[in-house]
Amino acid sequence: MNSLAAQVRYWWRELSGEAVYDRYVAHTRACSPDAEILSRRAFERQRMDAREADPREGFRCC
Amino acid sequence: MPESAPATARSTRRITPKSIVIWTLVALVGAVGWGVLALSRGEEISAAWVLAAALGSYAIAYRFYSKFIADKVLKVDKTRATPAERLDNGVDFHPTDRRVLFGHHFAAIAGAGPLVGPVLAAQMGYLPGTIWIVAGVIFAGAVQDMVTLFFSTRRDGRSLGQMARDEIGPFGGAAALVAVFAIMIILLAVLALVIVNALAHSPWGVFSIAMTIPIALFMGFYLRILRPGRVTEVSVIGVALLLLAIVSGSWVADSSLADTFTLEPGTLVIWMVVYGFLASVLPVWMLLAPRDYLSTFMKVGTIVLLALGVVIALPNLKMPAVTEFATSGTGPVFAGSLFPFVFITIACGALSGFHALVSSGTTPKMIQKETQVRLVGYGSMLTESFVAIMAVIAACIIEPGLFFAVNSPAGFLGTTVDSASQAVHSLGFSISPEELTAAAKAVEEPTLLSKTGGAPTFALGMSEIFSAVIGGAGLKAFWYHFAIMFEALFILTTVDAGTRVGRFMLQDTLGNVWKPLRDVSWKPGVWLTSAVVVGGWGYFLWVGVHDPLGGINQLFPLFGIANQLLAAVALAVCTTLLIKSGRLKWAWVTAVPLFWDVAVTLTASWQKIFSDDPKVGFFAQRSVYQDGIDAGKVLPPAKSMDDMSTVVTNSTVDGVLSVLFAVLILIVLADATRVCVKAIRNPGTAKLSETPYVESKVVAPAGLWATKEEKAELAAVGAAASSGDGSGPSGDSDGDGDSDGTGGVRVGTGAR
Repeated sequence: MNSLAAQVRYWWRELSGEAVYDRYVAHTRACSPDAEILSRRAFERQRMDAREADPREGFRCC
Repeated sequence: MPESAPATARSTRRITPKSIVIWTLVALVGAVGWGVLALSRGEEISAAWVLAAALGSYAIAYRFYSKFIADKVLKVDKTRATPAERLDNGVDFHPTDRRVLFGHHFAAIAGAGPLVGPVLAAQMGYLPGTIWIVAGVIFAGAVQDMVTLFFSTRRDGRSLGQMARDEIGPFGGAAALVAVFAIMIILLAVLALVIVNALAHSPWGVFSIAMTIPIALFMGFYLRILRPGRVTEVSVIGVALLLLAIVSGSWVADSSLADTFTLEPGTLVIWMVVYGFLASVLPVWMLLAPRDYLSTFMKVGTIVLLALGVVIALPNLKMPAVTEFATSGTGPVFAGSLFPFVFITIACGALSGFHALVSSGTTPKMIQKETQVRLVGYGSMLTESFVAIMAVIAACIIEPGLFFAVNSPAGFLGTTVDSASQAVHSLGFSISPEELTAAAKAVEEPTLLSKTGGAPTFALGMSEIFSAVIGGAGLKAFWYHFAIMFEALFILTTVDAGTRVGRFMLQDTLGNVWKPLRDVSWKPGVWLTSAVVVGGWGYFLWVGVHDPLGGINQLFPLFGIANQLLAAVALAVCTTLLIKSGRLKWAWVTAVPLFWDVAVTLTASWQKIFSDDPKVGFFAQRSVYQDGIDAGKVLPPAKSMDDMSTVVTNSTVDGVLSVLFAVLILIVLADATRVCVKAIRNPGTAKLSETPYVESKVVAPAGLWATKEEKAELAAVGAAASSGDGSGPSGDSDGDGDSDGTGGVRVGTGAR
């Protein structure tokens, strides 16, 4: 039962994009342990700024 | 210099008797489906046969044709590291589980397109559309998506325009750029027109859609200030508010506020333009990002519901298999005969050039393994095609008489149910004035006449299917407005995002002339270029709403031609790349769909430019109405001299655009041919801008399910990985909840 809930949670977070921040933290810790890790707030802001700068990122089709 | 062949031998699975039996059965299901569609004439058949034909064909195509393309043509190499692996930064570039990426890619390619084209094409019956959607996706659309994705992956996720410039040349590249921009303008105008037609005189619809703006603003605020990144929470709240907005639309429509929300098409155009401008200059986090979440959830949810509804309800198709409009070309929804216009009208769902932009954008930067282009590229497109098939079903289960009353231009139907009933009768179909009134009443709309653009028809079909499963006739109005809302929501998101992309391209181009314009944070530049883009589509939208001949009737062929033009660019780039990389033998895989697409697009352009029939040819239309003006006569459906000159102006503009599109296709083709001939004559000189081979350290299955060999491979490196760094993206078989532990494992290296 527990594992089913965990699976649903895993897939949902992956598909909805909620897991992006956790991935970034894991990645940064693994690759450059000394680097400063952005807070979630700062990270999400940075993502939005990137999208603002190049609207072709994440463009969806008709 | 040919691309290196894969170092490892393909894992050839032996064909087991079990798989022979299974695939024979699948083939039989498809064949029986097609057989029933082919043989039944003049009787109602169940939608189940359409589903059987489509799903059977998809399964066979995916299993055999896409595998052939992956193994023989592209020679996908599982030992070669993808950009996601090489450039992994945890954010833009990141090896993503193939099943998750399939979901993201599908959500990015599927929109309103596959729900609109097939509905309009239903005027020729269900058969032409169904055949083209299924055959087109298998041999053209899915191939284009998969091959573009593959080549972009080999080039660090470069965009279609960049690939055209790098591989064909600056001339072809520039033509591709102009094409993308022109298409964006026409696309946004047509999509906005669909919305305006659906919302005109509908207080329920207008109120519900208007409410999405404060809902999105609230969600944006929540994500920015209150709880950054908590997508799930905010989406649950958002969807709940959205459903409330749909329900409360009915209360508003029955209240004294109804008049406030009953808007003329012209007023809606002004609101759309104002909205489009503001939404595209506001920060992304305020409207666009939260709207994106909402529309994606609504889209995927509704598509799943619709698939279930169709399978459970299995309604009968009431439209004839082929109507006389297929050959006569005199249909009221759009003019012209089956060839080429069915293939122009149905773009998304069969072959859509726009997908090449997605396949060469975000997806190649996320793909974990080259071998997965088959699932992600080909598989996602098959799924979108299935959405288009459901749109065909939705349009064909309603009474044909009602279909034509909803989809014919007002100039043809007149304004009363009596005149509409007579007009439909003149087409050879029948519906009584009482039935027309009752149909509008059932969905609580003042009228359904001339609600052109496809969205209302689709909503009618969907409410028919859903109410058969849940709630009965009492919920029909709710489901109708649910469908309208769901289409309007993602069309508005596209209007916003598309305006931004158009602006970005414009800034980039004009920046060559005047530097400051390229700076995307310089507000006056942003406002100016946004205004130009909004003005562009706003013009066509305004024209479309006021065209006496019917805006959809006039503009939709242009949109189709433009979209197929982009497909021609993508297929030309793919074919050039196949030839340049020493795959001449297999170049037909993209060259045949390219020739077909060019034949369709150029025939359509030719007819739109040179046809003597004023219903089809823009310039013939222009001279008929110009002669009328010169003679001082008002020709129906025009009602005044003003109408007459509107028609003259519109046909001139549309005609000139048709010429422009045809010239662009010819330029791209000529340039691509030049490069291909050179590469064939002198294979040594062909230069590829491919990223050099780097060995992959990731082990991951190719398809949806891992094969036995792949599981063994995963198990072998999985053991090493968990004793090593254990930071594989989703390779830790304990913590991530990944159902079968086949997400993909990085070979353990200990220290990195």
